[in-house]
Amino acid sequence: MKLDEFFVTGEPLVYGGMVSIVLVTSAVIFLLTYFKRWGWLWREWLTTVDHKKIGIMYILSALAMLFRGGMDALMMRIQLAFPNMNFLNAQHYDEIFTTHGTIMIIFMAMPFLIGLMNIIVPLQIGARDFAFPYVNALSFWSFFFGAMLFNISFVIGGSPDAGWTSYTPLSGAAMSPGPGQNFYLMGLQLSGIGTLATGINLMVTILKMRAPGMKLFKMPIFTWSTLVTCFIIIFAFPILTVALALLTIDRIFGAQFFTVTGEGMPMMWANLFWMWGHPEVYIVILPAFGIFSEVIATFARKRLFGYHAMVWSMILIAGLSFLVWVHHFFTMGAGAFVNSVFSVSTMLIAVPTGVKIFNWLATLYKSKIEFTTPMMWSLAFIPSFVLGGVTGVMLGMAAADYQFHNSYFLIAHFHYVLIAGTVFACFAGLEYWYPKMFGHKLNERIGKLAFWFFVIGFHVTFFPQYFVGLDGMPRRVFYIIPEWMPLNVISTVGAFGMGVGFAIFVFNIYYSYRNSKREKTGDSWDGRTLEWATPTPVPFYNFATVPHADKYDAFLDMKEKGETTFEEEKLEPIHMPSNTGQPIIMMAIAAFASFALIFEWITLAVIGLVGVLIMMGIRSFDYDEGYHVEVDEIKRIERDARGL
Amino acid sequence: MAEHSKRFPINHIIGFVLSIVLTLLAAWAALGSDLPVKWIIAGIMTLAVIQAGIQLFMFMHMTERESGGGHVPWNMMFHGFVLAAIIVAGSLFTMSFGFTHDHDDGGSHQQEEQQEEHSGH
Repeated sequence: MKLDEFFVTGEPLVYGGMVSIVLVTSAVIFLLTYFKRWGWLWREWLTTVDHKKIGIMYILSALAMLFRGGMDALMMRIQLAFPNMNFLNAQHYDEIFTTHGTIMIIFMAMPFLIGLMNIIVPLQIGARDFAFPYVNALSFWSFFFGAMLFNISFVIGGSPDAGWTSYTPLSGAAMSPGPGQNFYLMGLQLSGIGTLATGINLMVTILKMRAPGMKLFKMPIFTWSTLVTCFIIIFAFPILTVALALLTIDRIFGAQFFTVTGEGMPMMWANLFWMWGHPEVYIVILPAFGIFSEVIATFARKRLFGYHAMVWSMILIAGLSFLVWVHHFFTMGAGAFVNSVFSVSTMLIAVPTGVKIFNWLATLYKSKIEFTTPMMWSLAFIPSFVLGGVTGVMLGMAAADYQFHNSYFLIAHFHYVLIAGTVFACFAGLEYWYPKMFGHKLNERIGKLAFWFFVIGFHVTFFPQYFVGLDGMPRRVFYIIPEWMPLNVISTVGAFGMGVGFAIFVFNIYYSYRNSKREKTGDSWDGRTLEWATPTPVPFYNFATVPHADKYDAFLDMKEKGETTFEEEKLEPIHMPSNTGQPIIMMAIAAFASFALIFEWITLAVIGLVGVLIMMGIRSFDYDEGYHVEVDEIKRIERDARGL
Repeated sequence: MAEHSKRFPINHIIGFVLSIVLTLLAAWAALGSDLPVKWIIAGIMTLAVIQAGIQLFMFMHMTERESGGGHVPWNMMFHGFVLAAIIVAGSLFTMSFGFTHDHDDGGSHQQEEQQEEHSGH
């Protein structure tokens, strides 16, 4: 393979991307060397098994991916603003909408939420770490390397261009030769390992490591949403794993699972993809529901209304999420009976979701609302999400779907649920738990500015898309006709509004780091759940003494009784896991193997795979049982943190 | 880290040997034996069920007190079976429209008609 085939050539935008990658990488290397921070980076971050640090790395990566996906979106909006634009050519446009979708779902929404779960769930249930801290580090690095692998595709080898759904036969070897589509397959496969492992890890953590007294139905609602999400992950992700593996075998080893020739069934890909894909959208929305529930209960200063109904509706949504996948391809032509069955099951999901909406409204009813930034995101979520949900029911009607399918009406719908649901929740959750993570709040005034830019920009972008969809504009076109121009111009303006909102949000992180008041207590918002019982910054062992959680809203109860998580006479040495460099090394080797497989260098791929197996062998004979933190040290740390 | 009461894991050794023996037996049945194909299939299916049983009861904590006397693994396996049933039955249900294995040069126009016929079942 020649060098000019290896690198993508001929696109000014891609050259710009290459230059910025080189510049940023050199700047990072220079800064780390100049400030002598390599050792610090390795000891404190790359080898850590601390769930809080891993969570922060997840969120940082997710923000970077939000930036990448957002840039893709802005480029698409520029291209679509006016008829006959020549900003992007057809091939480049295809690549960009593919990477936009894949990155936003797999490498932005999920890691962001998993990052928040990582940090918050052990704190909410009174645990000192995950059940399997080593596996948690492994999960993060598999996600990280998977994301990097996918992202590098636009400068090396060429991006995938068959849409984030990667439908066969278009994505098969015959119609998409070259490494592009392989980047999609291997990037998702590698990061999927991490997601699946995290699902198991969090489920075991929640089931086995809750504080004494905390029954399942006394758990905070965010933890409940995480548990239900883990359940969906565990049962949905294997389907994706198998589908990706089958397509990989098709493309690289010449099998015929999804090909048109040789008895393949191209539509089986769509079927398998959405069997995972539909549960996947609930994987990214249920934790969002959990975050909103926490935020709304905290700032309405009320117990969450209808806690049991909230939990059961989540369980019901999780169950139904496995029974509706066909509504993504009603127009495939499965016949009236099949479509009717899935149309009905789709509409059923609106029932538990509606229950949740009314429960949030009832929590707000007659409460004294504090308009903090996280609360504003949550309040904006309710009406925006309802718009997305109602249009979802419209799309769920099979007969009507023949009109809406693959039009901008659909685009508007899923951006209304994913942005108003997941992205608002990510911002709300990050701002809500920010003081717990970093010891200071984000500036409220700048935060609200970012909020207004983003929310108004969001509605300006996507509301017109419903109508341009009804006017007949299909998705994934790169030229528009003059009739669609006015609404598209509005959309583009809104997209830049969202971009400004995101920029202000990122600026706020820097501004608050410099200027915000440092938190003195761990209880920044007068919270209700156990994560606020720890001091800030949270000691690496989380809880000096594990509290007894007798009631729902356990910390509220503790505050009334005057209990803390530092009862000196009950202190005992704490058993903690040791840091390890194995996860990052193992996953780096796996990434190397995947990269080789992407270019179909089979020998190198096998060598990499053997390397991974060797790492697993080393792990099997690893007898490191961690270490104990002595009572004296705990006393010192806690007194310091609590100012005693 | 839990204290092991038994020093020698006799159960695991037996299970390990049994699972290897069963695997070799299955490999021999498929590759080396002269049995009719039907018998081979039935035979290795039976061996697979026994194998799964050995794995579950000797290695997979099905009978331990800590897993609620097997309650937790059974629970997850039940859900796994339900999901597998959804995948298989659901795929057959949605994908069985107008798809035939005979190569009568069907084409898309014929698919439409078949769809109508199949829509009643």
